[in-house]
Amino acid sequence: MQIYLPIAEVSVNAFLLLGLGGIVGVLSGMFGVGGGFLMTPLLFFIGIPPAVAVATEANQIVASSFSGVLAHLKRKTVDLRMGTVLLIGGLVGAAVGVQIFAALTAIGQVDLLVKLCYVVFLGIIGGLMFFESLRAIRRARRPAGSVPLPRRHRGWIHALPFKMRFRTSGLYISVIPPLVVGVFVGVLAAIMGVGGGFIMVPAMIYLLGMPTKVVVGTSLFQIIFVTGFATLMHATTNYTVDMVLAVLLLVGGVIGAQIGAAIGVKLKAEQLRILLSIMVLLVCGKLAFDLLVTPDELYVIGFDGAGH
Amino acid sequence: MRGLWLCALALLLAAPVQAERVVAGLSQEAIAITTNFAGSEILIYGAVQRAAPPPGAEPLEVIVTVQGPSQPVTVRRKERRFGIWVNTDASQIDEAPSFYAVSTTAPLPQALSQTEDLRHRVTLDQAIRAVGTGRADQPLFNAALIRIRSDDGAYQLNEGAVRFREQTLFDTAVRLPANLTEGDYLTRIILTRGGVVVDLHEQVIPVRKVGLERWIYNLAHERPLIYGILSLVIAIAAGWMASAAFRYIRG
Repeated sequence: MQIYLPIAEVSVNAFLLLGLGGIVGVLSGMFGVGGGFLMTPLLFFIGIPPAVAVATEANQIVASSFSGVLAHLKRKTVDLRMGTVLLIGGLVGAAVGVQIFAALTAIGQVDLLVKLCYVVFLGIIGGLMFFESLRAIRRARRPAGSVPLPRRHRGWIHALPFKMRFRTSGLYISVIPPLVVGVFVGVLAAIMGVGGGFIMVPAMIYLLGMPTKVVVGTSLFQIIFVTGFATLMHATTNYTVDMVLAVLLLVGGVIGAQIGAAIGVKLKAEQLRILLSIMVLLVCGKLAFDLLVTPDELYVIGFDGAGH
Repeated sequence: MRGLWLCALALLLAAPVQAERVVAGLSQEAIAITTNFAGSEILIYGAVQRAAPPPGAEPLEVIVTVQGPSQPVTVRRKERRFGIWVNTDASQIDEAPSFYAVSTTAPLPQALSQTEDLRHRVTLDQAIRAVGTGRADQPLFNAALIRIRSDDGAYQLNEGAVRFREQTLFDTAVRLPANLTEGDYLTRIILTRGGVVVDLHEQVIPVRKVGLERWIYNLAHERPLIYGILSLVIAIAAGWMASAAFRYIRG
């Protein structure tokens, strides 16, 4: 069943979109990630203009994170204070990111920037995760306690001014690191069409030292507002949010996520992480390959955004 | 349709004496882009009317062009920089039709002379206007635009696609792709003999988004903030409902 997307101005198969949403949903349910970093490149591959893909994906992430955050609020695993500080940074970052996006669209470099961002971040995160989970699997095979975990030291972070108490996380740290993390993730959300959970979660654990149980809920809380804000900014400056596309991806995604969560319970944490890291590295490799290899067509027709 | 014929007849009577005239009709007066729009096909048919026996031995040829709204287009060229392929040079083409199809009864060079092409802008090269880009290699960019759009089916050259049924009756079908741009599509039916244009018939087909498509597009462009908020609300509601439905099904 072909469906004409009013903003993207392309006609695509509705079941293809539902299916894509479903597959990415299964993966995001299995691994507990947003899936934006997979969905946005997939949308490029099926011919959605990049500007529309990024903006619409931001819209979809708001919705797919919404029911997740409700569950975390109920379990009281959201550090609202930390979330708000991250959010302030995130909103500033998203506003800056949308402006960067619009400026690069005008000079024709937005594709390159988006793809480079993907290659760099997916490469780093995928690589780190791969080796970390490989070590974890080896450790699990050997007799227990043979490799002691080195104690994290966060000396310089404690030396920063403007300290604030975050009761839910049990932290007393400066607001500067969370603000910086927030800004950074906000910029990425606007430019890459991702929630930024894959940057935010490691940053919260390793950089801010937050307890693992509040990390996911707090990052979801922040992501909803930042991607919501990015959606509004894209809608008002670039006119690139496609409502029909978002709803189709979402319906597939939500159902897929429930199936994925059921599968995820049955696998071991290290196995899950290593699978996810392989997937991340594959997407990264494909995008890097496209940038390096001589393209079939050296010319491209510029996108002036979907709005004329 | 009958009105069209009457119109043509009236013109025929009013016009000064001309040996051959073309009368034509289209299968569609307008095209509506609906939610399930998956491309369309227009049938173009017509007849040649003669006041006198056919002059000369040159065969009669028909050229049908369908042209979408013209827009400025930026074409960029990639080059390898620091090992990766980067957009470097760009050319601003002043006007290029979003859609252009040329169908003929015979190979174009045979059906139309160079001078007549320049006058009536029939071929694709003539339809693209790139003046004052200041690039010595502008033809490369024009050729790239034509190549890319031809691959998408947006630019078509169908030589021999117009068929004569009888001596004077002809018809053809032009396929419009699914990702059409809104606007007025100009259809021209050109009658030539020996490469010279004998008569020309023009008709405009409006292509418009309708219904939900129209409403969403207008809202997004005229009330972007409301549209943005609405997208968020709808997406959240849809996501919530889908997960509630799933939980309900699972018990």
